[in-house]
Formats: sequence, C-alpha cells, structure tokens
Amino acid sequence: MLAKQVPDTRHVGKDAMTAEGTVNRAALPAIFNPEDLNALELALSLKERVAGSTVHLLTMGPQRAADILREAMYRGADGGYLLSGREFAGSDTLATSYALACALRKIDADLIVAGRQAIDGDTAQVGPQVAEKLGLPQVTYAEEVVEVKEDKLVIRRRIAEGVETVECPMPAVITVNGSAPACRPRNAKRLMCCKSARCRSEIAADPESFAARRVAAMPSLEIVEWAAADVDPDPAQLGLQGSPTKVKRIENVVFQAKEAKRLSASDEEMEALVKELIAGHTIG
Amino acid sequence: MNNLFVYIETEGRRIADVSLELLTKGRELADRLGVRLEAVLLGSDLAGLETELAAYGADTVWVADDPIFAPFRTLPHTAVLTGLIRAEQPQIVLFGATCVGRDFAPRVSSALHSGLTADCTQLEIGDHKDAKTGKTYTDLLYQIRPAFGGNIIATIVNPEHRPQMATVREGVMRKARAAQSAAGEVRRIDWKQYLSDADLAVRIIDREIAERKIDIKGAHIIVAGGYGVGSKENFKLIHELAEVLGGEVGASRAAVDAGFTEHERQIGQTGVTVRPKLYIACGISGQIQHTAGMDQSAMVISINTDPAAPINKLADYAITGDVMQVIPKIIKYYKQNSK
Repeated sequence: MLAKQVPDTRHVGKDAMTAEGTVNRAALPAIFNPEDLNALELALSLKERVAGSTVHLLTMGPQRAADILREAMYRGADGGYLLSGREFAGSDTLATSYALACALRKIDADLIVAGRQAIDGDTAQVGPQVAEKLGLPQVTYAEEVVEVKEDKLVIRRRIAEGVETVECPMPAVITVNGSAPACRPRNAKRLMCCKSARCRSEIAADPESFAARRVAAMPSLEIVEWAAADVDPDPAQLGLQGSPTKVKRIENVVFQAKEAKRLSASDEEMEALVKELIAGHTIG
Repeated sequence: MNNLFVYIETEGRRIADVSLELLTKGRELADRLGVRLEAVLLGSDLAGLETELAAYGADTVWVADDPIFAPFRTLPHTAVLTGLIRAEQPQIVLFGATCVGRDFAPRVSSALHSGLTADCTQLEIGDHKDAKTGKTYTDLLYQIRPAFGGNIIATIVNPEHRPQMATVREGVMRKARAAQSAAGEVRRIDWKQYLSDADLAVRIIDREIAERKIDIKGAHIIVAGGYGVGSKENFKLIHELAEVLGGEVGASRAAVDAGFTEHERQIGQTGVTVRPKLYIACGISGQIQHTAGMDQSAMVISINTDPAAPINKLADYAITGDVMQVIPKIIKYYKQNSK
C-alpha cells in the first residue's frame, strides 16, 4: 500500500495564518493523507478475506514519515517501508512515481493499493504513473472490492456519471476514493506492540532507547528504511533533476476582506433581507 | 510536429463541455504560437462530431472510432494517445481534469516521461529563464494551478520535456465558438498498431450511469451546505431552500466527504467552479479550497454560527445563526413576500 504524510491543508487554523493573510505551511500538523486511510481500510479488509496475505506500507519522505507507518501498524498493517534520502528531494509526481516503482520492484507485491490523491498536491497522478512504470493495469476511484477471484478482482468504482464495476487481473494498482469505507480505528493490542516499531535512522539516533531494544529483540518491529541506492535507481530520474516540471513562481493567496453586512437570525432581519433580495431581483 | 493537441472527451454522443472549453483556449494558444490546433477523438459512433470540433476551432480532428474505446477504459486510451503523440510530436497536450482525464493523463505522461500539471485554472504562453543554468526558454506553456489546499497559486513550466501536458479544471475557462469555423480535417488514427491484448485486460462488467441531472455550473442561484449542516437529514433543508428559490444545491468537500450529499455537488478546488448570481453558504466555514470555486459569485450570503468564520470575508450578508433555524425563516418570508 502506498501512503503519504501530508500537511493538514484542510484545517488551516488561525495560528497557521500569517499577518498578511497567507498560510504558514510549516505550522500545519503532519497527518496521514486522508484518502490513504480509505486505501488502508480496503487493503486490511482484503487481508481478512484472503488467507495468508499481508499488508505492508510504502512511503517516501523524511524520517518523521515513519509516524504514518506506525499508525498503519496500529490499525492492522503488518509492517512498512520508508524510502528516504536527499536524492529524492524536489521530486515532482513523475520522479516520485519512478522512485516508488523502483522500490515496488524490490517488494514484488501482488496488489498495490493507494489513496486517490494527497491533499497537499491534489494531483491524483502518482498511482497511475506507478502503474504505467510497472506495466500494470489500474483501477482508479475504487470504493469496494466486490469479489476476489483466483487471479482477478471485481471492483466497484465511483465515476463522474455513476458507478462502474470492473474486473481486473492481478497484479494491479488500485487507487481508492474518499467515498470508500473509513479506516478502522487503532487496535489497543497492536498499539502496545507496535509503538516501538522504528526504522534504522531512528534507532541510530537513540540506540539505547526502550524502542531500540524492543526492535533488537523482535525484528518484525523494524520498519525497513531504504536510501536511494537500496532500490537500484537511475539517479538521473530522481529528485529535482528527474522532474520534468519546474515551479516557476509561487504566489500566496491573500484573503481579501470585504465589508459584510452583519445580520442576526431574528425574524425581523430575515424578513428585511428576503424583501431586499426580492426588490433587487436577486430572487423571486 | 509542434502542434497543440486537445483530448476530446465524450459522454455518449455528446462532447464534454470541458473539451470545448479547452478548444477555445487551445485556439488562442495555437494562434499565439502559430501552430495548428488538433483535436483527438477516441470513442465509438463518432460520425458528425468533427463538425462541432471544427466550429470550436480544431484545424485537424484525429479519430479512432471503435467500440473498444467506449465506454472509456484506461489502457486502450493510454496506448493510442501515447502512440499518436510519439508519431506526431505535439508541443502541448491538454486534457479536462475530469474522472477520465485525471485517470489516464498521468499514465500517458509516465509512458512519455514528460511532465503533467494537474487541475490548471489558467494557461498562458511566456518565456522562462532557469535560475541555475541561466538558460532561457521562449514560448513555454505556463501551467497555473492552485496548490496546497488552494493556499498558494503555482506557475509550473516544463522546460526540457515535450509534450508539455496539463489537465484543466471544468468550468474555469470560457467556451466559445471560433469566429470562423476551422477546417476540421478528419484524419483516421491507425490505432491497431498501438494496441496489444494486454491493453484489454480490464473488463467492464456493469455501469450504473445516472444521466447527469445535477447541473450546478449553470445555476443562477446556489444553496450550498457544509459540514456545519450537521447531517444528511439536515441537508434536506438545503434542498428545500434551493427548490423554493429555483436554485441548485452545492456542497463543500467536507460535507461530501461526510456523506451528506453527492460528489457531483462539490464546489471548490477539487470540485466545480461556479459563478451564480446568488450563493448562499450554509454552515460552510470557508476554507480556501472551497472559496476558490465560488468567489466569483455576484452575491454571497453566509449563514454560520461562528461570526468569525472565514467565509464571512467573502460575504455580502453574514448571518450569525444556526442553519436549521435560519433557513425555515428565509423560506417562510420568501413565500410570504414573493409575487
């Protein structure tokens, strides 16, 4: 399963606003990308239906992105991979999907599930781009796996005009829509067990910690951490230099306040408003 | 070579509005660049549609007309468009940022190793100087889009890779017939050479298609509900007010995500853009990703329990109160005073 840690752009609180009315992006909390949680639920429900299957997450990001891998383990995932390193910095969607595809070739999954899109970029490109790089079919906007067959899945997907049901051979890439079932909550036992899960650089930063000793005693708690060299990439296709798109200019959006006429919900004011709108031919 | 492609989306035998909007914009860009505007039409039972594409400025209409291409499936459309792009080498390819465009344009870009900018709201032609190398590029496509939940507007360029590709949001660009109908010269795509059996691996078993009956883009009055409406049950009141006023129902993403109403009603950065005469925002806080889709409304009334809700900065009238109490009053006084 592919997942991303993202800044919470959906709830920009007052403390994240600058005096100029723009957003201080660094002040936003880092969260599990919402549609990736829908994807996690779909993956976990498949795990329950297919005996012997496991769910692992793959994310690309800085060390702190290991937080979402732990979060997924609390909810039932078996483990995770963190793809991390300076080489990946500045990646656009194409360079990101290239790096993920390199890692996925090593992991060799039977099915790749991802959220439809991440709320920081809203592009919905990485899932399909990964599928193309791996030469796999894709099913986007999935809501439910209706049926699991020998080597095929029957999937219901939400499209603009309604609902479509498709049959897709495995392996494949599925991207999951926000309208799919919400993710199950953390499981208390999993939380107790997996809160010590750590990746290599976290252990190196604090080798004497309780968590580091737990991982040493129980290797399944180790989050696999890969640097670029571990996934055998063509370096020219990574990060900024591997990104065809360049950001030429960024403008902060400024809220321009205009003077609203303030009204209470009283009967008098509501009647006056409705009459004014009718008189101005706005309604009626 | 070097021309401008627009991928044409069809619903049944109807050309999607966004495709005509892109042709209108594409005509302007092609004239600016001095190149041909070429429409790519993949579908089934398409005869006659080229006339309409010509009326919107298409110099050439590339056609692949076969039941394989309808209903839309990712892999056949990807394979044929990728093959045609390799053969014809357009400098720009534009798609609607629809369910279809957002599904397969990324695959095409991945296959061609070319950049793709999603959900653009503006396209321009301009020059670019690379800050590091100092190299200058003339006549690039500026792909302008909101990012970061709509909190920033980014201009993206694609200096070294061709084609320059973008998906463009529905409803943000004007749709207009060309002053003079273009030639619309039909060219058949020799598509069989681009397809393999593997491209037919995904099978459509069933489609439950509702006629697109929700048309919030064209509505003069929109009553939109947000998360603050509270429940699907409460949302009925939004419908009631819209019906009484002769308007349509819209929603914020939070309300759609919470399951209060259909996705087709979502207004904002990831939904549709609307410019009604009157926009009534009910229980909508006014996150920028919502306001990006409605801030061109001629008049805005907000109903919110929080007098400091950001939506009030856009509002002409800001009513502080509970949606469930305010709406019945508006309905009552409207019925008493109209006609």
